[in-house]
Amino acid sequence: MLRFVLRRLLWAVPTILIVTFLVYVAIRLGTNPSEAYQRSNPRANEEKIRQYEEINNLFPGVSGYFKGYWGWLRNFFAGLFNGGESWPRSIKGRREVWPEMKYAMANSLRLGIAASVLGIFIGVLLGIFAALRPGSLRDSSVNTGAFVAFSIPPYVSAVLLQLLFAVMWSRWYGDPLLPTSGVYPPGQQGFDLLLMMKHMVLPVFVVAIQIIAVYARYMRASLLDVLNSDFMRTARSKGISERRVLVGHAVRNSLIPLVTIAAIDIGGIIGGLIITERVFSYPGMGDFFLTAFDNGDFPQLMPFMVIIVLAVVIFNLIADISYAWLDPRIRVG
Amino acid sequence: MTTETSNVAVENGIAAEGLTSKTLSPAQMAVKRYLQHKGAVISTVLMAIMVIIVVLAPFTTRYGINESIFEAVKGRPNSYLPPRAEAWFGTDSIGRDVYSRMIYSLRVSLIIGLFTAIFSTLVGVAVGAVAGLRGGRFDDLMMRVTDIFLAFPFLVALLIVRSFLGELEFVTVVVGDRSSIRFIILLFVIFGWMGVARLVRGSVIALKEREFIEAARALGASDFRIVTRHLLPNSIGPILVALTSTVVGAIIGEATLSFFGFGPDAGSGKTSLGLLVADAKGGVSAGYWWLVIFPCGLLCIVALCVNFIGDGLRDATDPRLERGN
Repeated sequence: MLRFVLRRLLWAVPTILIVTFLVYVAIRLGTNPSEAYQRSNPRANEEKIRQYEEINNLFPGVSGYFKGYWGWLRNFFAGLFNGGESWPRSIKGRREVWPEMKYAMANSLRLGIAASVLGIFIGVLLGIFAALRPGSLRDSSVNTGAFVAFSIPPYVSAVLLQLLFAVMWSRWYGDPLLPTSGVYPPGQQGFDLLLMMKHMVLPVFVVAIQIIAVYARYMRASLLDVLNSDFMRTARSKGISERRVLVGHAVRNSLIPLVTIAAIDIGGIIGGLIITERVFSYPGMGDFFLTAFDNGDFPQLMPFMVIIVLAVVIFNLIADISYAWLDPRIRVG
Repeated sequence: MTTETSNVAVENGIAAEGLTSKTLSPAQMAVKRYLQHKGAVISTVLMAIMVIIVVLAPFTTRYGINESIFEAVKGRPNSYLPPRAEAWFGTDSIGRDVYSRMIYSLRVSLIIGLFTAIFSTLVGVAVGAVAGLRGGRFDDLMMRVTDIFLAFPFLVALLIVRSFLGELEFVTVVVGDRSSIRFIILLFVIFGWMGVARLVRGSVIALKEREFIEAARALGASDFRIVTRHLLPNSIGPILVALTSTVVGAIIGEATLSFFGFGPDAGSGKTSLGLLVADAKGGVSAGYWWLVIFPCGLLCIVALCVNFIGDGLRDATDPRLERGN
């Protein structure tokens, strides 16, 4: 087991390096940083542009990609020890990248964790609820409901919810029920938990719908699988109560595949967050990325992509390891 | 289709199956199972109606794609008209009929979905079959690459690859620039083949050790023949299901791109479901509900229908799968 974990950990390092390199090349080719810099700063003179290229290691030519990546990587690691101070600054207004990214990450994490916890919890409960009576009305309604929810893209549900709870509500009852943008109303100073939560209701709901739909289906399938297995019959024949059979044997075992799915699914959740944040003008990672991408802001894009790559690779790793750890039958040597 | 025979079999009941001389062929059984899936049947009918409306666009639409309505209210531009006789689903910001534009945009979205699915399936089946049959290095590499790709947040990966592809001249010469529909199809094929390839690979690995493949090999069949004659026909179920999910993926993907302003060019006389939904964004705060409800509704219905058809196909082609109902 230890060898398995160590081997996977060792594999993760080259994977991260290769993927970040590919992303580096793709971003440099795709957004053309020096052109984007001139677009954002039309009055920049030759000297300024040269300076920008030097700071960001934007060497020309094919070898420039390797040299540039190496330079960027060294710079990136150096920045990790001084709070991102030595990272190149953003192209618009030369702002420091790390404080803004930290703020965006905190907002996104809050939204993502709230939605994931809520979504997984409700989804798993619904899945259990449906699987206990296969073929019944409640089973088919959970199944169909999950299917419908899964088919609706997040921005569509976001736009529909905005229309219903803010615009139509204020037309019918005078006041909008829930705010539709930002973390706080404009001009708000300081921390206000209640206000913040009110602003999070709709975005969390939109992200959570998708998670609920996915997990309800997975949980239902997984639990049905377990309920039909031999050890369930053994457990029942031992004479323990049905409740203990279900909770102790069935549900616990059916959660095993879900752990793996949860870890792999992180990309899906981040994707849903990005879309939702944009629609609700929520200042999170998605907003950060899309704004940076629109501007071709190379110094902002690369750290963002590193975070994404890290999240994806680490959660893939967790999925692999948890799979082997939770299910001893699959301990790959 | 041979509905008569299946009707007879239904009347005889399942108990009589195999006892009477009129047994069902696997294909007939699949059709029967498909017809038992209510959602799939309704979705098929709905899809058929939509396809007919789209194909007959010159007759079913009431105005041109970029044609503004001037007659409804005299003396001022007819923008943001609520639904009425002249415009069943209202008009948008510059007075264009939402109903007609929905039909034109559904046409574009269906084309994108269909062609993406066809090309992704072709590539995915080829790669998946080779990887599954040969195994080894190529298989490992493919699984690693698709793992990372599929784990990436969809929109981020899509935007990066999109901007990257648009800079490659040998690509843009063939498929046009970033705002063309062919470019978008290529973009989605790059993402779409992976899901298909993984499914086909899994199916091939499950089948390749079976006796009938061994028998074919003993008779001297080539790899190509084994794949095309024995492996693929036996994994047609997963392939069909993957095909439908690629269609949905492409339609929703296009809508996502357009919603964030990276889709086909709105100015060039093209429109798509995504562009209509993106237009809806501007109508929300002003309360123009018809701009939101109808296009969003259509997008959801299309996605739901294709998903249901896929679900029905899964049931129909997988006899082992027993559903509760």
